[in-house]
Amino acid sequence: MIFIEKEIQTAAYLFASILFILSLGGLSSQESAKRSVFYGIVGMGIAILATVLGKGVEGHIYIIGAISAAAIIGTLLARKVEMTSMPQLVAILHSFVGLAAVLVGYGSYLDPAAHKLSSSEHTIHLVEVFIGVFIGAITFTGSIVAWGKLEGKIMSKPLLYPGRHAVNIVLLLTSIVLGVMFAGAEGTNGMIYLYIMTAIAGFIGVMLVMAIGGADMPVVVSMLNSYSGWAASAAGFMLGNDLLIVTGALVGSSGAILSIIMCEAMNRSFFSVILGGFGAVTSSGEAAVMEGEVTSLTHEEVADLLKEAKSIVIVPGYGMAVAKAQYPIYDMVKTLQKAGKKVRFAIHPVAGRLPGHMNVLLAEAHVPYDIVLEMDEINPDLPDTDVVMVIGANDVVNPGAQDDPSSPIYGMPVIEAWKAEKVIIMKRSMSVGYAGVENPLFYKPNAEMLYGDAKDSVEKILGFLKA
Amino acid sequence: MKVGIPAEIFPNELRVAATPKTVKRLQKQGFEVYIQHNAGLKANYSDKDFEEAGAKIVAAAADIYGKSDIVLKVKEPAMEEVDMMREGLVTLSYLWPAQNQPLLQKLADKKVNAIAMDAIPRISRAQKMDVLSSMANIAGYRSVIEGSFYFGRFLNGQITAAGKVEPAKVLVIGAGVAGLAAIGAANSLGAIVRAFDTRKEVAEQIESMGAQFLTVEINEDGATASGYSKEMSPAFIAAEMALFKAQAAEVDIIITTAQIPGRPAPKLILADHVAVMKPGSVIVDLAASSGGNCELTKNGEVYTTDNGVTIIGKLNQLPTQASQLYGNNLCHLLDDMGKADKWKIDMEDAVVSRAMVTYNGKINWPPAPLPVSPPKTKAAEVIMEDPKIAAERKNKKEGKSMIIKLGVIGALLLAMGQFAPGEFMQHFTVFVLAVFIGWQVIWNVSHSLHTPLMAVTNAISGIIIVGGLLQVKDDLSNSAVATVVASIAILVASINIVGGFMVTHRMLKMFKK
Repeated sequence: MIFIEKEIQTAAYLFASILFILSLGGLSSQESAKRSVFYGIVGMGIAILATVLGKGVEGHIYIIGAISAAAIIGTLLARKVEMTSMPQLVAILHSFVGLAAVLVGYGSYLDPAAHKLSSSEHTIHLVEVFIGVFIGAITFTGSIVAWGKLEGKIMSKPLLYPGRHAVNIVLLLTSIVLGVMFAGAEGTNGMIYLYIMTAIAGFIGVMLVMAIGGADMPVVVSMLNSYSGWAASAAGFMLGNDLLIVTGALVGSSGAILSIIMCEAMNRSFFSVILGGFGAVTSSGEAAVMEGEVTSLTHEEVADLLKEAKSIVIVPGYGMAVAKAQYPIYDMVKTLQKAGKKVRFAIHPVAGRLPGHMNVLLAEAHVPYDIVLEMDEINPDLPDTDVVMVIGANDVVNPGAQDDPSSPIYGMPVIEAWKAEKVIIMKRSMSVGYAGVENPLFYKPNAEMLYGDAKDSVEKILGFLKA
Repeated sequence: MKVGIPAEIFPNELRVAATPKTVKRLQKQGFEVYIQHNAGLKANYSDKDFEEAGAKIVAAAADIYGKSDIVLKVKEPAMEEVDMMREGLVTLSYLWPAQNQPLLQKLADKKVNAIAMDAIPRISRAQKMDVLSSMANIAGYRSVIEGSFYFGRFLNGQITAAGKVEPAKVLVIGAGVAGLAAIGAANSLGAIVRAFDTRKEVAEQIESMGAQFLTVEINEDGATASGYSKEMSPAFIAAEMALFKAQAAEVDIIITTAQIPGRPAPKLILADHVAVMKPGSVIVDLAASSGGNCELTKNGEVYTTDNGVTIIGKLNQLPTQASQLYGNNLCHLLDDMGKADKWKIDMEDAVVSRAMVTYNGKINWPPAPLPVSPPKTKAAEVIMEDPKIAAERKNKKEGKSMIIKLGVIGALLLAMGQFAPGEFMQHFTVFVLAVFIGWQVIWNVSHSLHTPLMAVTNAISGIIIVGGLLQVKDDLSNSAVATVVASIAILVASINIVGGFMVTHRMLKMFKK
């Protein structure tokens, strides 16, 4: 077996860190994004090789076995997953990182070498282990609940019980006390404290995500993304490994930024999302009375409207993902484009259940990304647009966010669909969106409803368009 | 229920209250439709068209008025038409109730329930039945077409081999529905359009249609609760006149649309304004029927003044188009009143109670007032602050809190250096710098790539595999637990790495231009 020196290993880790940074940086545009994965894979390969070839690494047979098994499972997962279930995959992968962090923490505590450290270093090491396991456990159980909610196995309504904040604080304090006892324990006698704390952290993770409603999932998933990074970083501290620290910090800040972007897009503070209960809050003050009436169109009439329109903007939402309507929608767009019409998509930052979810779904249906625009890019063009089609979206086109201070979503940036000549809202029923807010858009004189399943409706419209 | 449509008897009225399309719609609503012989002739709809649409042709007007439940009509009925009406008949037509008191009395005496389409309140719910808007839209459009017809030049500017053509300048006075339609039509023909209105709130609408908003430097708003403009103060009118005079000398076409309900139209273009206009200029006066906005307008006539200005006091009604829109408006009202099977005259309804000017033998005019848009609250104004000052103050505030934050962070770091061992501080340095790098790099990530970003960070966070790799042991005798634990860690972390990278790759491949 060839071993490499410690210095060479450090150099390899540095190179891997640079590659990881380039990998994330590459995602700044679609053109450079293709290289991103390549950088990441090379970086990861170098990191693993440098570690395995380092001095003192044993058990190669187990390592190879575990990695080979994982490679098969990972490949199957990645191949099989449908783009509409990306949020679930991302959530479950987060839980793996959390689990790994917990296990690495246990392993590090059980490692006899660690107990030969001087007393202050030993204490610091134990604190690192404790924190690493704590974050890891929260990430693990939180992600599993998030997965369950996204998959529909757990109800997506927020689970709120009175005094939950107090309970969380008590649990947190208990964990700190356990931590103190753990740091004071001789040898590996502290294991029991570590187990109890893991259970508590796991419970906190479950309750944290249970309290959050379906529409806030993008924030939760990005928050867990962030946690998984911090867990890796904590593992780096306990192992004294800079590569883990750097990579964890990159991932951690990435998740944090995504959470901030999502919260800004919903005009809500990060804490109010984390503490949960959105949609259950009753609005203060009297809600604006809906004036006007809701009118609906048939598929044929919608097709006629589209035939007359020159410029069309499509606003997709989670309803499109549920109905898997992206393929017929793009067929419709192609038909309209052939007829010389300008068709574009407008994406709200929180549409869907994952940051950027809609973009991926549209990309899956081969929609070219240069006709997919962000909210801020499309809003100035909407007054000159003939028809806006809202497909399975609700709160992101709610005018109440701009002109009704009593609305719970007041102040949230929205796509100003109502400014277009005509708005067609494709929806299953008149029910309210995830935020539980009435949508005055439906009552506007230039808005028309088209009831039914999104995919079904689009196919029917397409039929009339081709006829 | 029977709906009857008589032929219009007023000679200049070319429209008809139903078209083959609306006849079909009426039948869908459950009505039987009877239409008088040749009722649609002047609007280019033949009896045959109506028959094909399912209407029955009736020869005499007396049968229509005597046997229908509802009569649809355009112009207010003449006295002799009222004579033919049966008791309890519902009529939908223009009535101008403010000017036609004797007619109202006669309708009430006959116990005819007359709906004045011109009295439909202008609220958002009633927009679809607002005949004034739909007819004004046509008038506005047509005013530009007629104006352009009498104007001897192109409206748009051109540079041709034969020479350069200046674009025409059009001034639109009054930005109601007609004015806005005129602005839109003139703008799309390529003219330079300016528009004047006493109501400041319409400035945005004017600009959105492509015209420049003209105003006078006197702070007075002409908006009223009814949505129409009010009459302005003498000082304002003087300033307005000066503005019009200056504009008259400059523009090529003036289109006036100012009307005050129930009163003669205000005189806005005076004889001396016309005198300064260039020969060949055109004035289109949409208020001609209520006296004209121009002093020199002759109602129903088109003529040229001595200095070569053409003044148009009559407009083609576009009867085919107008009948269609008018008919649609009527259908919408019938829709609202419950169609045939749930037909009800609901005097509690905000629209019906105001438009039904005679009901059960009583005159129901004038109606209770109904404000158009809710008054704006003061609170909105208080928030208004110079954005520059606000930004500056925010900046200062942020600067201050930044200094405090840095101080706290510095103190914490010092305290940490005091106790923590050197190695930890080294790792901590790396950690903090990595967070900063991550922060800078991630903000640049395109929004559309957030899902791939999450997948790739997923893969990268699989780096925790390194922890597992370091903990596996060859010798299982005294570290079996540690090795099993570490192997599981390696397994799950590797799933992350492989799955994360592969799915990212799959996604990025899909993004195509």
